[in-house]
Amino acid sequence: MSDTPVTYVRTQMLDQQAPPTSEVGPVRWVRENLFSSPMNAILTILSLYVVYIVLSHVGPWIVNGIWNANSLTECREIIATTGDGHHSAACFGVISARWHQLVFGYYPSELYWRPVLALVVFLVGIAPVMFPSLPRKLYFVTAAAPFLCFWLLWGGSIWLPISIALGFGVGIVANKVLAEHVSALAAIVGVIVLPLIYWILLAGPLAGGLASVIPLEIEFVPSRSFGGFMLSIVIGLSAIVMSLPLGILLALARRSDLFIIKTCAVVFIEVIRGVPLIVWLFTAQLLLNYFLPPGSSFDLTLRVIIMVTLFAAAYIAEVIRGGLAALPKGQYEGADSLGLNYWQSMQLIVLPQALKISIPGIVNTFIGLFKDTTLVVFIGLFDPIGISNAIRATTEWNGIYWELFLFIGIMFFISCFSMGRYSLYLEKKLQREHR
Amino acid sequence: MSTLTDPPKPGFRLSQLIYDTRYRSITIQVIALVLIVGAFWWLGSNTVNNLNALGKDFDFGFLNSAAGYDINQRLIEYDNQMSHGRAALVGILNTLLVALMGCASALIIGVFVGVLRLSKNWVVSKLMAVYVEAFRNVPLLIWILLIGAVMTESMPQPREFRGEDATQSMILGDSVAVTNRGIWIPRIGFSNSISGEEAVAPIDGATPVASGGADWLLILGVLALSLIAMRVVRNRADKIQQATGDRPTTWYQQVAILVIPVGVVMFALGATIVAPYLKGFNFTEGTHLRNSLIALWVALSLYTGAFIAEIVRAGIMAVSKGQSEAAAALGIQPSRTMKLVILPQALRVIIPPLISQFLNLTKNSSLAIAVGYMDVRATLGGITINQTGRELEGMLLMGAFYLALSLLISGGMNYYNHSTQLAER
Repeated sequence: MSDTPVTYVRTQMLDQQAPPTSEVGPVRWVRENLFSSPMNAILTILSLYVVYIVLSHVGPWIVNGIWNANSLTECREIIATTGDGHHSAACFGVISARWHQLVFGYYPSELYWRPVLALVVFLVGIAPVMFPSLPRKLYFVTAAAPFLCFWLLWGGSIWLPISIALGFGVGIVANKVLAEHVSALAAIVGVIVLPLIYWILLAGPLAGGLASVIPLEIEFVPSRSFGGFMLSIVIGLSAIVMSLPLGILLALARRSDLFIIKTCAVVFIEVIRGVPLIVWLFTAQLLLNYFLPPGSSFDLTLRVIIMVTLFAAAYIAEVIRGGLAALPKGQYEGADSLGLNYWQSMQLIVLPQALKISIPGIVNTFIGLFKDTTLVVFIGLFDPIGISNAIRATTEWNGIYWELFLFIGIMFFISCFSMGRYSLYLEKKLQREHR
Repeated sequence: MSTLTDPPKPGFRLSQLIYDTRYRSITIQVIALVLIVGAFWWLGSNTVNNLNALGKDFDFGFLNSAAGYDINQRLIEYDNQMSHGRAALVGILNTLLVALMGCASALIIGVFVGVLRLSKNWVVSKLMAVYVEAFRNVPLLIWILLIGAVMTESMPQPREFRGEDATQSMILGDSVAVTNRGIWIPRIGFSNSISGEEAVAPIDGATPVASGGADWLLILGVLALSLIAMRVVRNRADKIQQATGDRPTTWYQQVAILVIPVGVVMFALGATIVAPYLKGFNFTEGTHLRNSLIALWVALSLYTGAFIAEIVRAGIMAVSKGQSEAAAALGIQPSRTMKLVILPQALRVIIPPLISQFLNLTKNSSLAIAVGYMDVRATLGGITINQTGRELEGMLLMGAFYLALSLLISGGMNYYNHSTQLAER
């Protein structure tokens, strides 16, 4: 067999041939992604039809939108004279006329720079927390940001936030001095008691005294003037910033071995989470005056912020509890075997890792919280929806719906969507680090 | 050489309360207990003082007094001479109604969208992504208001259905009317009702029918029995399959068991479809779904559906590819792979967050206030509080209702979690 003559052997390579046209480029992509099976083809055509229906109705409405009208009647006249009669058109005039109310509420228009500056200060303050690659020195801004933002938003004397901030200074100094000279126990008691005494007895007179010596103040703006997205952002951000430490404490309490503390934390978290936010807001509006000493009443916005803080703290506690539970048991045991006490092991070993795992969850809680700030409209605050109701109640814009909803929806979408993307980015980054 | 140390001295020194970890926990707990009891005592005494100052007492007797207001949607009999307690019950049932309807439709939407978002079809998956992101990132309240506005502003008025040259017509064979006052759908009436209600002719010349609650209970009972019987048939088929390896065909038996008894009962009761019709300026007969219910229901289901879609998608993606490959290697058919291998594992991931979404939906139904749906917040927590001035009692009862509902659902979820948990070290 081996001497069978070989009749033909090709000696050089054939040139590569182009693949069939149905297997390359857009045609292939369409075949594989849109029409791979009859079912898929039907789905594709159905979806395209839905998209077409929506676009053919909403598209012209948006594109033909009238931006330069001062009232709904004027807008409709413009549409009647210029429109083609087949397509409706949006009256975006309401946005160009009232965008400042939707964003800032009834904040004095010459002071708009203050909330904007406060937001910038906040963003600079939060940046080193969100992006660890930034310089550590920015943490000074982080520490000062709450007080600076408070002062910029509400105004008044600068000495009030400074004297409140001094309370934290008192705590830090008390901790150092007492721990060195007396005992660790005295330091713990001192850290809690001394700032409280300072805030209750000294902070007010100190601020008043300093203000009368060096009057440094900007115009005071009452909370009633807050509104629109500014109000949502103020409520949302202050609630999340204050609820984080509270949530961490609650989560630790819920996982603690001490029966009474654990029970209290469980009851608090479950009661808060079991009842809708709107009921808590009505509680803040209707009932808080019953629980406080007779005659004491304070600002509704402040009450709402406190209520939303407690509400968010319960949710954040559950998120952080998840983070604590996700840590391998070895981490806790390792901390114990190093001889660290409870607070040291939490502070140095457990919490840094648990918090890192829970950041995506915290961001998601915050997105939910930010969306829920719209509920304050029901207790009479002027959040974006409240402002839109007020705009609709004026004679110029009576009966306008879609444009306002669209604007508010898009603003919320942009902020929530970008936060969601940040949380995804974090999740991906954390996954990489854990590999 | 080992040094012998003295054994620790017996007896208890006061300093051990602070420095000895065995006793320190007791100290901390006692201090915490004192602080908490003190705080509650302070709040309680403030409340008592404030109530005294206002001349109010703490009394739930108002629940028995006449409510004096009407509720436009009620599942049980109610009129304004009945008590506040009855009004609260009507509100509770309305809350449960919209929550149940919402959970069911949100689950259907969520599963569909979640599966379609994983589809290889580019257009479909992108369309579903747009839906999910749009609903997840915009507050629910805006969706409720928007859908409410669509219903009241863009739908035709009932009078446009009238006359020879009507500009609008009823859909689905003249049985469903979509108007700006709500949607009218046909209802089922019973001409041989067992409920003892007086039968009324819906329209002149038609057979008189009663809407009868007892008839529905009977039908539900029969349906439940049929479901049990179907289960028996399936179990028998399982046994035969295990014994012989062949599974008898049972689908026609199951369909028959499901359909025939209910059909017979409905025929015996004289079930008749009563379609809505235009009378005067409005539609009458049939079942009226109010705009408030529709706006709340549609918004809640679309909003929660978007979250459920993400949960379903994550659940399916959480089952590793090796599982389906292993099933294929064992020679299991693709359709049975889904049922026997992938779904049981995906459900373990899906169900806990799914139930917490149902819980969220139930709590979010309190946003009924935006469209004026008469749920428990509107009756007990709204009009009743305004009329009687009993904020404390009313809010407490309402909070207790929501809390009990949440604890019930999350208790069920914990039980499920325990029963399906993977055993770990």
